[in-house]
Amino acid sequence: MVTAVEIRQFLQEVSDPEIPVLTIIDLGVVQEIYLQDETWTVELTPTYSGCPAMQQIEADILVKLQEKGISNAKVKHILSPAWTTDWISEEGRQKLRLYGIAPPVNEPDKSALFSEPPRVACPKCNSKDTRMVSLFGSTACKAQYQCNQCLEPFDYFKCLK
Amino acid sequence: MQDPALFEYVLRLSDDSLILGQRLGEWCGHGPILEEDIALTNISLDLIGQAISLYDFAAELEGAGRNHDQLAYLRFENEYKNVLLVEQPNGDFAMTILRQFFFDAFRLPLYEALMQSPVEQLAAIAAKSVKETRYHLKHTSEWVIRMGDGTDESHQRAQAAIDHLWRYTNELFYEDAHDRTLQAAGLVPKMAAIQTKWTDTVTAVLNEATLAIPTNNWKFEGGREGRHSEHMGYILSDLQYMQRAYPNMEW
Repeated sequence: MVTAVEIRQFLQEVSDPEIPVLTIIDLGVVQEIYLQDETWTVELTPTYSGCPAMQQIEADILVKLQEKGISNAKVKHILSPAWTTDWISEEGRQKLRLYGIAPPVNEPDKSALFSEPPRVACPKCNSKDTRMVSLFGSTACKAQYQCNQCLEPFDYFKCLK
Repeated sequence: MQDPALFEYVLRLSDDSLILGQRLGEWCGHGPILEEDIALTNISLDLIGQAISLYDFAAELEGAGRNHDQLAYLRFENEYKNVLLVEQPNGDFAMTILRQFFFDAFRLPLYEALMQSPVEQLAAIAAKSVKETRYHLKHTSEWVIRMGDGTDESHQRAQAAIDHLWRYTNELFYEDAHDRTLQAAGLVPKMAAIQTKWTDTVTAVLNEATLAIPTNNWKFEGGREGRHSEHMGYILSDLQYMQRAYPNMEW
């Protein structure tokens, strides 16, 4: 009989379709895993409301579990508590950096108005002399930055709290 | 239906998000610069994502077996309850940004208040959406300041957009018997409190942008009751085409 701990390990093999270097466990979108009425339920929290990757992740989870011989599984989407970038694991942050995406920095200022963009270190040369090009990027979760030192254009994984 | 007032309330939130998301989607491939093309479509995606969560909840409240696609795509024009502001044409970039700014400045305090709602699902959707909305408002308020305090041309276009859209902003705070029922039960905030916050935000940003706040208080409304401007039909003919041609199709 498979356990929830084992299922969580299997899900380490499912990657984010848009940032394949991250597993969905690194990303922190998998919540409780439990057996109820002979069906395994995997709780999934969306990152952004409209993120199209969520449907793909759901399908990938079911395929992975099927591969492992678990056919009595379903994915349940839960909104509360809402996902935050704090749930990205330390290992996940390291992977993002190596992949060329700056991980979220802690932004104490949550105000929407008149605030400076966060100071983000360049994932290539580590300089903090960078500038925000646009608050929105190639996916809902990213902003576009450029390093003023090495001139590398890079993605910044926006802080969501 | 157990709670027609709550159903109506959630439907209004859904329709605002969907129609504005659809409008912003029209910018895809037409943005003035690549970054802005991406930004407008990102905001569109967030709004449509929020609409899906809201329509799912509305469908559950309705209990008639309809799903989010049927609510989004298979209703008649007078059954949509979005405000007139969100259906107004994109116009130039200033018009789109000002429309979005007026909406974001309304949605942020509304979601912040709804996070405290005892209606769990509504509070959860608000808690999820508030974070996205904060980014939207940050983006649009920065553009308003950049355009207003920019060149003569950008200032004049931003001011023209404000002067044109102002007549639609009062409807954001529309209340009727449904709202008052829910307010009396402590489920949703009073609109006067949201309007105060909206006015503070709009005043602060327009002042910073050296743009004038219109003194003309001519007001349009009707969207919340299903009476729309001439633009709505064109939006729906685009939006609903696939579901009308192939009812209940799925990707």
